[in-house]
Amino acid sequence: MSNRKFTPYVLVLPAWVWLALFFVVPIGGMLSLSLTTGNVVTGFQQTFEVGNYAAAVSTYWEQILRSLLYGACATLVCIALGYPMAYWIAFRGGAHKSTYLLLILLPFFVSFVLRTISWRFFLSDNGVVLGPLKDLGLLPEGFAVLNSAPAVVLGLAYNFLPFMVLPIYAVLERMDPYLVEAAHDLYADRVQAFVRVILPVSLPGVFAGVLMTFIPTSADYVNASVLGGTHNTMIGNVIQTQYLVNNNYPIAASITFVLMGLLLVGIFSYARALGTERVMEVHA
Amino acid sequence: MSADVHTQAGAGGGAGNGTAPATARRRARRRTDWGRYHTWAVLAWLFAPIVFMIAFSFNDPAGRHNITWQGFTLRWYQNAFAHTELNEAMFNSVSIALLTMVVSGLLGTLLGLALGRFGFRGKQLTNLVMFAAISAPEVVLGAALLSTFLMMNVTTGYWTTVIAHVMFCVSFVAITVRARVITLDPRLEEAARDLGAGPWDTFRLVTLPMLFPAIMAGGLLAFALSIDDYIITSFVSGDVTTFPLWIWGATRVGIPPQVNVMGTLLFAVGLLMAVVNIAMARRRTATGD
Repeated sequence: MSNRKFTPYVLVLPAWVWLALFFVVPIGGMLSLSLTTGNVVTGFQQTFEVGNYAAAVSTYWEQILRSLLYGACATLVCIALGYPMAYWIAFRGGAHKSTYLLLILLPFFVSFVLRTISWRFFLSDNGVVLGPLKDLGLLPEGFAVLNSAPAVVLGLAYNFLPFMVLPIYAVLERMDPYLVEAAHDLYADRVQAFVRVILPVSLPGVFAGVLMTFIPTSADYVNASVLGGTHNTMIGNVIQTQYLVNNNYPIAASITFVLMGLLLVGIFSYARALGTERVMEVHA
Repeated sequence: MSADVHTQAGAGGGAGNGTAPATARRRARRRTDWGRYHTWAVLAWLFAPIVFMIAFSFNDPAGRHNITWQGFTLRWYQNAFAHTELNEAMFNSVSIALLTMVVSGLLGTLLGLALGRFGFRGKQLTNLVMFAAISAPEVVLGAALLSTFLMMNVTTGYWTTVIAHVMFCVSFVAITVRARVITLDPRLEEAARDLGAGPWDTFRLVTLPMLFPAIMAGGLLAFALSIDDYIITSFVSGDVTTFPLWIWGATRVGIPPQVNVMGTLLFAVGLLMAVVNIAMARRRTATGD
């Protein structure tokens, strides 16, 4: 059966080709584009202009920092809201566990953009929530939620919450309940049982959740555009504008690489601290 | 991913949560169940904009902005398809999602089969590339593809969008299928071989039917990811408009209530699929499969 040796290669070949051509090669293409000079009219020449990176960072450091900050805040909000929820569903959900999970996922059948825009309408200055409160005199006339940093952070947390809840739930659900019983038998109170037994078991889930929320939230630009107005732009907004509006491709590609580099450094140091395999295992 | 969670939860839901002494102790203390309130409060938060969207698909707005409640109407459901451009965008979204589902379903199934069943050179590298493709931010994927299309002088449009969607969906399908392949009992295939089936017949009559739920789950996931995608699509779609892109463009001039209607319909389809999924999982558990 000599052809059995080739079977796996035949199976993976189409996907390999697709991922190589449309994922690996494009990253290289973007690297090459980030080292060019020129403009749309005259064309772009490969001059290996490293100065693009310096220009990108010095112009947009503020948006870069803001993105990392908003991403971190949104991730913390997701942990604060998502952990107790995952915990409760895993240990107290009883026969309705899958129903609760379904309820968490259901809102996400509505398109991402539409959900975010729906928040914008919901929270608009004289909309269904703020309007009546202002009419009753409970809020000052000029009060607004939109176009602020908290609006963006909460929007991000809203859109990525399931990516935190599901991995934490997955590890807690698999946990042996007798571990907690054993802790109580050894005279641990509820807090001690949580800190010494449940929390360590759930950490891989939290770590996976952090990766799955921090990466997309810090690179997002939809929430910043829809909920943040003009003063809360993130690095994703810059990348999108430079590519699609200004056609300033070398700078756009450089910023994208800076973002990618920052995230990669973050992920690797993070994975280092925990052991890569555990991160990838839960992630997958 | 979602389908996996349902089946896992469905299988584990009935048995083994909360042992008897723990329940007794909890009852004895009669503490307030803060976890329940918290969970329901977060769920209310998750559903708030959806409820708003559904409610305002029945609103009769005075101006161009569908923001304050004016009165009940079914007009937008009767004229759900009155915007030609919106229909076109919806059609593009659905057809791209179907193509993505088929192509990434096929490539992802083959990949997942190889990863779950065989050892081969480059397996680690394949895992790494899949991990990278899943965890890379969408803006990076979109920017990289657009950069390359620009440098190759490829005009972006419908097919570049399909290419991009298949690229980011294929790993999700592969992971879903791989998870199922690993749990398959190899003795079933050996039995088929012993009974005289060739490799192809074994695959077609034994392996494939057992993989089918995973392939379906992966395909549906690809469909959902594709139809929902905004960021990558905005980079590689050129002049072609999809449903999320159309909504985005319309925000500047005011969103017609038909968008709420289509959003509500999408939500209803999702709800229906989820309910069917749960019902099937229940039946599987009940029949002891």
